Amino acid sequence: MKHTVAALVEDRPGVLNRVASLFRRRGFNIDSLAVGTTDEPGISRMTIVVDGPAGIAQQVERQLDKLIDVVTVEDLTQLEAVGRELALIKVAARPDQRREILDLVEVFRAQVVDVSPTTLIVQLTAAEDTLDALLENLRPYGVREMVRTGRIALARGARAAGVHDHESPEAKRFHSESGRRPEGDLPFVTE
Amino acid sequence: MTKMMGADIVLESLERLGVDTVFGYPGGVVLPLYDRFPAHPQIRHILVRHEQGAGHAADGYARASGRLGVALATSGPGATNLVTAITNAHMDSVPTLFITGNVGRNLLGKDGFQEADITGITMPIVKHNYLVMRAADLAYTFAEAAYIATTGRKGAVHIDIPKDVFLEQAEFAWPERISLRGYHPVTEGDHAAVERAAAAIDAAQRPIIFAGHGIILAEAAEELRAFAEKTGIPVLNTLLGLGSIPPDHALAYGMMGMHGSYWANHAASSADVIVALGMRMDDRALGRFADMNPTAQVIHVDIDPAEHDKNIVATVPIVGDVKVVLHQLIDAVAKRSRVEWVRWIDDLRAGHRASMSVPPGRELTTQFVLSKIAAFAGREAVITTGVGQHQMWAAQFMNISRPRQLITSGGLGTMGFEVPAAMGAAVACPDRAVWTICGDGGFQMTFQEIATMVDERLPVKMAIMNNGFLGMVRQWQELFYANNYVAVAMSQPDFLKIAEAYGICGIRVTARSQVDDAIREAAAYPGPVILDFRVEAEGNVWPMVPAGAALHETIEAPEHALH
Repeated sequence: MKHTVAALVEDRPGVLNRVASLFRRRGFNIDSLAVGTTDEPGISRMTIVVDGPAGIAQQVERQLDKLIDVVTVEDLTQLEAVGRELALIKVAARPDQRREILDLVEVFRAQVVDVSPTTLIVQLTAAEDTLDALLENLRPYGVREMVRTGRIALARGARAAGVHDHESPEAKRFHSESGRRPEGDLPFVTE
Repeated sequence: MTKMMGADIVLESLERLGVDTVFGYPGGVVLPLYDRFPAHPQIRHILVRHEQGAGHAADGYARASGRLGVALATSGPGATNLVTAITNAHMDSVPTLFITGNVGRNLLGKDGFQEADITGITMPIVKHNYLVMRAADLAYTFAEAAYIATTGRKGAVHIDIPKDVFLEQAEFAWPERISLRGYHPVTEGDHAAVERAAAAIDAAQRPIIFAGHGIILAEAAEELRAFAEKTGIPVLNTLLGLGSIPPDHALAYGMMGMHGSYWANHAASSADVIVALGMRMDDRALGRFADMNPTAQVIHVDIDPAEHDKNIVATVPIVGDVKVVLHQLIDAVAKRSRVEWVRWIDDLRAGHRASMSVPPGRELTTQFVLSKIAAFAGREAVITTGVGQHQMWAAQFMNISRPRQLITSGGLGTMGFEVPAAMGAAVACPDRAVWTICGDGGFQMTFQEIATMVDERLPVKMAIMNNGFLGMVRQWQELFYANNYVAVAMSQPDFLKIAEAYGICGIRVTARSQVDDAIREAAAYPGPVILDFRVEAEGNVWPMVPAGAALHETIEAPEHALH
C-alpha cells in the first residue's frame, strides 16, 4: 500500500541526507520524494510517498519526527487530501502524427510546451493515475524522455500543517545561518 | 563584548556546561584547541591511547555518573576511530558529546590530508550532529548539543569543527535558553492513557513489569519500587535495567531474555498484562516477538514514541519520562497484592534455581569467580563488562543492586568496551571501587588504555575470565553448528607480563582456593591490577533462549539443547 507523508523540515545543510539516510536504514521504500520551500522562512516541505504494509506509515512518521530538523510530520493517507504530480513527456511526433497527439493532449487537458520537427514536449499536472493513462496513450508514438516530480499533496479543507512554535531571535539566527559556508575568502589552513 | 578565539569558546562552553573531564587524543587540526587547554585548568584532559578508548571512557563516565560524557578526537582517522564508541553510546541512550576537528573550511570536500566526511559518517548513529562553520556559532552549538544529548531520550551528539574555526575570533554568546521547533520531549504521560493503563493494571490477574535502562537513565528506581509495591506486581529486568530494583526485594525476579532465568521468561510469557517501563522491546530481551506473549495486554511507557509498536504492538502506549509517568500511575492504580500469581512464580523459581546457580565441583568457573568478586566488592562498587559469556554471567551472578552499578554494552554489544568504560567510571566515581570483568578476547581489543590508567592513577581492577576461547561464539558453534569450532580458539599473551610491562600488579588464579586471596590482594593494591583467571575452557551460559526462539522455549541445560 502507498502512503503519503508530508514533513515540514528546517531548511538546513544535511536535512535531505538525514531523511534519506533514515529511510535507507529502516528499510522504508521511497516511491517518490518532492521537496520545496514553504511560506514560512527557513522551512521546507517534503512530500514522501512510501510503499509498504499497513502500519509502516506510523513508523515512518515517528522515526521522521525523531529527527531534530523535522518540525512536523503528517500522514496524508489518513486525511482527505489533494495529490498532484507534474510530468514532462518528450514524445516522438512525425508531422503526420501530430494531430492525433494534440487530440490526446486535449482530452487529458495537458499542454504542449515545446515543439521540434520530430518531437513534442507534453506537460500535465494531475493525479498519478491520469498521468499513467496519458503516458500509456503516448507510448505507441515513442516516449523519448520523461520526468515526473513525484507527488505533492495538501489536506483538503481549512486544516493546515504549520509551524506554531516560535523560536527565540537568537535561535532563529543560529538555525538560519549555522552550518553554511560563510561568504567571502577563507584562510588557507592545512593540518 | 570582547572577542575570543574559537578554541577558547569551545572550552568556555564546556565549562559552562559543567564538563570537568574530556577524554581525548590530539592531532593536526585540533592543535589550536589543545593549545588553549592550559588556559582552562578546570577541565581535566585525559590523554587516551586510542580514540575508541576515549569514546568508551566518555560513555562509561556518563553511565557511572549520569553526567554528560565528552570525548575529543582529531580529523580523519581520529574521528573514524570514534565511530564504534559513538554507536555504542547512542544505542544505549547514554548522554554523550563527541567533538572532532576537521580540515580547514577551504579544504572541506577536497580530500585533503586526514579529511573524512565525519558528519556524513555519524549521521545515522547519533541523535544529532553539527558541522560548525563559524566561531560565532560555537557557543550556541555546544549549548544546543548538550541540551539534545541530555534531554528526552538521551543519546550521542557529535560536533565537527574545522581547524580555522578554532582560530577565528568571535564574541562568546551563550544562549539564555534553547528553542528548537522540531524537538519537544514529552515528560508527562497522556492522562487518558494513564487512566486506561491503571484500569488494565487493576483488573489484571497476572501482571508483570519489564524494567529497562530508562528507569536508570530517568533516576526512577524509587518510583519503580513504589509502583511495584503498591500494585504487588513482580519485576523483571532487561540486561540494562539491572540495578533498577535490588535482587533481594520481594518482588524482584531478575533478568529476562536470552540468558534470563527460566522463571522470569515463563512469567513474561504467562502474564496477562505487561507493564514495560523504559525499555525498547529488544529481541535479546523478548525472543521471537510474535510468540513473546501474544495474548497479554501491553502497557508500554517510553519517552521515545518511535519505540511504541516498533517490535511489539502496545495496547496502551504512553509517551513520557518514566519517572513522571510512574508518579501518575502510582496515583491512579489501586493498592493490592497478587499472592497467587507471585506464589506461582516463586514455585517456578524454587524448582528451577539450579540452572542459575554456581556449578558445583572443583573446577574454576567464571560463575564461581564472579560471585566471589560480587560478594567482595558489594553494591557500592562499579562493575563494567565486555560482551559475551562473561557479560551474561556477570548479569546472572553479580547481584546487581543499585542503578549505575553495572555498566555494560547492551544494544551494540561491543567487545572491548569493558576496559575503557571502567577507566571512565573510575574518573567519574573516584570514591568507588571499579572492577571490570573482561573476556580474554575483548581485553585484547582495548587494553592499551592501561597506560592511561597508570598516567591518571586510576586503580581499576581488571578481572580476565580467560578460557582461551571466544566463549559465546564457541558456545553457539557447539550448540547450533554441531561442534564445528572455527576461529574461536585464541592464543593469549602472558597477561602477567602485560601487567609487568605497564608496571602494574598482575595475579594469576588457577584454582578455586586462590580466588579469595587474589581478590583481596587486588583490592588492596593501590593501582590498576590484572587478574588472570584461568577458567573452565568450555563452559556454557544457561539458561538460554536460542536465537529466533520464544521466551517460553528457554532451555536450561545442554541435554535439552537443539542440534
